[in-house]
Amino acid sequence: MAKAVSALDGASHDGYVRVEEAGLQGMITLRGDLSLDAVRAAATTASGTEMPGTREIRAAEDRALAWMSPDELLLMLPYEEAPETVQQLQDALAGTHHLAVNVSDARAMFRLSGGPPVREVAAKLCPVDLAPGRFEPGEFRRTRLAQVAAAIWMPDAQSLQVICFRSVAGYVHDLLCDAAAPGGEVGYLV
Amino acid sequence: MSTRLAKGGRRLDRSRKIEFTFNGKRLAGHAGDTLASALLANDQVMVGRSFKYHRPRGIVASGAEEPNALVGLGEGPRFEPNQRTTTTELFDGLTCVSQNHWPSLEFDVGALNDSLARFFPAGFYYKTFLFPRPFWKHVYEPVIRQSAGLGKAPKDLDPDRYEHFHAYVDVLVVGGGLAGLQAARAAGQAGARVLVLEQTPHWGGRAPVDGGTVDGKPVEDFIADTLSELEAMDNVTLRARTMGAAVYDHGYALGYERVADHAPGAEGPRHRLWRIRAGRIVTATGAIERPLSFAGNDLPGVMLASAVRDYVVDYGVSAGDRTVVVTNNDDAYRTAITLKQAGLEVPLILDARAGGGGPLAEAARGMGIRVENGKGIAKVKGRKRVEGVAICAQAGEGAVLEEVACDAVAMSGGWSPVVHLWSHCGGKLTWDTGQALFRPDPERAPTGADGAGFVLAAGAANGALDLAGGLADADAAGKAAAKQAGHAPGRKAAPKAETEEAAPIEPVWLMPQGAGPALRMKAWLDYQNDVKVSDVQLAAREGYTSVEHTKRYTTLGMATDQGKLSNINGLATLAGALGEEIPNVGTTTFRPPYTPISMASIAGDARGRTFQPIRRTPMHDRHEANGAYWEPVGHWRRPYCYLRDGESVEDALTREINQTRASLGLLDASTLGKIIVKGPDAGRFMDMMYTNMMSTLKPGRCRYGLMCSENGFLMDDGVVARLDEDTFLCHTTSGGADRVHGHMEEWLQTEWWDWQVYTANLTEQYAQVGVVGPKSRETLQKLTDDDISAEALTFMGWTEIDLRGIPARVFRIAFAGELSFELAVPANQGRALWDMLMEAGAEFNVMPYGTEAMHVMRAEKGFIMIGDETDGTVIPQDLNLHWAISKKKDDYIGKRAQARSHMTSPDRWRLVGLETLDGSVLPDGIYAVGEGTNANGQRNMIGRVTSTYHSPTLGRGIAMGLVKHGPERMGEVLEFGKTDGTFVKARIVEPVFYDKDGEKQNG
Repeated sequence: MAKAVSALDGASHDGYVRVEEAGLQGMITLRGDLSLDAVRAAATTASGTEMPGTREIRAAEDRALAWMSPDELLLMLPYEEAPETVQQLQDALAGTHHLAVNVSDARAMFRLSGGPPVREVAAKLCPVDLAPGRFEPGEFRRTRLAQVAAAIWMPDAQSLQVICFRSVAGYVHDLLCDAAAPGGEVGYLV
Repeated sequence: MSTRLAKGGRRLDRSRKIEFTFNGKRLAGHAGDTLASALLANDQVMVGRSFKYHRPRGIVASGAEEPNALVGLGEGPRFEPNQRTTTTELFDGLTCVSQNHWPSLEFDVGALNDSLARFFPAGFYYKTFLFPRPFWKHVYEPVIRQSAGLGKAPKDLDPDRYEHFHAYVDVLVVGGGLAGLQAARAAGQAGARVLVLEQTPHWGGRAPVDGGTVDGKPVEDFIADTLSELEAMDNVTLRARTMGAAVYDHGYALGYERVADHAPGAEGPRHRLWRIRAGRIVTATGAIERPLSFAGNDLPGVMLASAVRDYVVDYGVSAGDRTVVVTNNDDAYRTAITLKQAGLEVPLILDARAGGGGPLAEAARGMGIRVENGKGIAKVKGRKRVEGVAICAQAGEGAVLEEVACDAVAMSGGWSPVVHLWSHCGGKLTWDTGQALFRPDPERAPTGADGAGFVLAAGAANGALDLAGGLADADAAGKAAAKQAGHAPGRKAAPKAETEEAAPIEPVWLMPQGAGPALRMKAWLDYQNDVKVSDVQLAAREGYTSVEHTKRYTTLGMATDQGKLSNINGLATLAGALGEEIPNVGTTTFRPPYTPISMASIAGDARGRTFQPIRRTPMHDRHEANGAYWEPVGHWRRPYCYLRDGESVEDALTREINQTRASLGLLDASTLGKIIVKGPDAGRFMDMMYTNMMSTLKPGRCRYGLMCSENGFLMDDGVVARLDEDTFLCHTTSGGADRVHGHMEEWLQTEWWDWQVYTANLTEQYAQVGVVGPKSRETLQKLTDDDISAEALTFMGWTEIDLRGIPARVFRIAFAGELSFELAVPANQGRALWDMLMEAGAEFNVMPYGTEAMHVMRAEKGFIMIGDETDGTVIPQDLNLHWAISKKKDDYIGKRAQARSHMTSPDRWRLVGLETLDGSVLPDGIYAVGEGTNANGQRNMIGRVTSTYHSPTLGRGIAMGLVKHGPERMGEVLEFGKTDGTFVKARIVEPVFYDKDGEKQNG
């Protein structure tokens, strides 16, 4: 496992918001009937969090559980632990129709930091109401970022995270850096 | 002459001088000037030539409606044509050039057209250049295009940055004049999220120019108070230099922010396009003054009365020393009074109304200005600028009563509310006879998703032209918008302005009303496209009764200003000529954007390196370092081949193929789609998705599968591996992964929602590498202790192995027809795997090969390629793939369609191999010709080439094609027609050219 390298190997860029690729991040897609106790229990046991509601994310230490669709969750955890956790989920859900797969390598993750302006940098690229009070930590949105699919959430009021597919990490990095370039401050969502 | 006055100019900072050039001439203005005001301050009255007749033209207006004063702005990569000087803020170092003249603005050869104007009436081009027909395209049009047109297109790449911004509000207020600010306050006080857009850098609009008092305060103070109140409200955002450009369905609107037009080259984006979703939209867009149609109304120095006033009050600039005012309403008297107060001469006010004006007229008379009622302008004197006016009775035919010397004319034909944004999404208008204007009909507003109107007009834009009425209207609109967006408006009463008495307007569509042909053909309606009263009347005589047809025939309102000044006058003229009422003729359609916006702002970030997403595999950098010659495959970039120093593409292909067939090659196959299908019903589902029987596939085994659309056509293919009893891994084509995944989900979600199946697109989870060639097993065995022998891992089998710590799935599949292994490892370890394979294969001279070598090798084996052998009209049976279509299954997607009579016809073109008799390579897509001709006199076609390559292995051209009765015609020679008229002969052969028995794939 020592040779694993994330899409941009942690590249970072300082604009009026700091943009950094978050490096290796474990992610597991869990599909199942989210109304079943077995599925909820397996998911929350793996994440160590509560079950997220619709369009929400719940985080605890180095893990998080996000609502992706009416029958899909995304479990985030340390990269090295993903294969083993997939196995644990499969064992826990033996006999229950589900799909648990490791998608850690299929994705890239970016972290925007630098305070409230992270909102407007995302609002340049995503058709989402990112105003305070309308989009807050704890919410999770699957959306588009310019021309590609993405998911966004705010771990706290000062930062925002983006997940996209690995192959377009370079494109997303360039977009975020351009959007965060000095002089582009909008001053709207603050 | 026009000049800078010693005093005045509320927008100016006279302490800051700003230098600029016009046609190379160095001029100076002040901070706060527009380019137009600065040109006028330098007595640059003439600023361009007209489109068709090349007549001298000057500044007419002071805002976005300006038709004439367009310049080419900037230099080199920042040059931009057709920029309105009236909306261009002056900045240091600004350079601009006037347009549409040769060799110079002062002396222009094209002005000859003007003397020939009587020969260039409406529809001139259509009529004159009709015959002979082919001449239009090849002779007339190129010549006319050369001599027409306004500005020049920029030649260099735009160096600036542009971006979008998504905003969500309860109430969007368009327009930051008095009405917009009051509407915003009313909505803001109700607690609504409010965004106010103002196209200029200034708030308050024209109210301070016209004066008046609100709540006992001068209107200017009232604006300042309102502004500071709005700025203190957290739920209200004010955005200057941002035009409300467009209104679309369901409250979607565009704002066009000119972030840095006034500071070129500044850090940051030049324009920002606001993509706004609003609950309600308040259009407080004001009104535009109408010109009057009299002979010579286009001479430089003839301006809108409001613009003359704006230039004095806002910029301390006089349009002339002696200004004659001509009007049909009271408002223009304000201009006369303003000029007089500034110490300028107003020799005469011509009021076309026989009864004259109200209190303002009295005030003007009281200042000693001569006022003539019932009079108008017969014609304006002068060639390149106004020298005087000839006066006549408005009721007459233009007999000159008197000539008065002057150097400027201020005209007012009344006001038209700016209804554009109201109308963009279908809002209808009503004709207000009393005020002689079209205004929004609140009963017929554009409707949103809830069926209710989502646009509210406010103030002058709603036809409430006076201060008191406009404020009350705007307050009501703001409150209503907030309420409709779910907020409770406050009970605070609207601010009260003093009401002013005014005599009613009398519509004047031609001056004098009985003007003869000579005057009518010098009375301009549309300045920018050179359309005159006589042109519209001619169109009416020729049978054009629809305003939309007349517009296109005469080009009225079709210029870059979209007829902001000319539309109402034009349609009133048409109505007059047709003997119709104005509302029966109606308006043309208002389309977004309100004024032209930059193409680059629409593109936003989609330019340069972020023009489109480029998908990169985990080994992308390695390929780049290895000389990859890239090919786009969907959004992916794949190496077409790897070029070494001095190599041609053909050389590289030959080298890569020969090396792979002889020893060892590597292919980055990461782009292949990889979709997981899992669940108790996965087998049943797979049997429906693929033509083959997939449910019988054993875990650990692979099967090549075909996927068809409902209509039976082959849409994708790939190797399916069964991972366990419940789980399949479907490989798709590189470009097909998302489509196939969507296809699967659609069937699962809409038809078979009760089947227990989940899918996941894992395309990007794995880096996939084809290790191909006789030395592949030997190389791979060096990297693993697991058994990958022919016995342990048979052809079309897969297993999991450990490659020096990297967990891998290895598939024994052979697309190139050689012994080969396809490895799938976690994408983050793809680069490490690639490096390992390159190192381990070094002793066999390992080389990566690209997509083209892959194509050639599969063609040598007769394997089909989706997109080459298929084009959406081909069924698997056409490709002799009957073996991959299960006969045991009740159904699969496409089965029923494939039973249709046309699909089972023996006459369908079917796959064969083709070998040219001379060994040459057949051109791609070339057709085989048969006997006879079709109904169009073309040779009958009996087949076409779908794949064609030079095979280095065989040393000759090989091809595959679809041929009528092809497989039954083995050995026959066909003729293929080349584009140069010659033919090339090729023999029908089996499509498998290489290793027909398939022994190589076993090593």
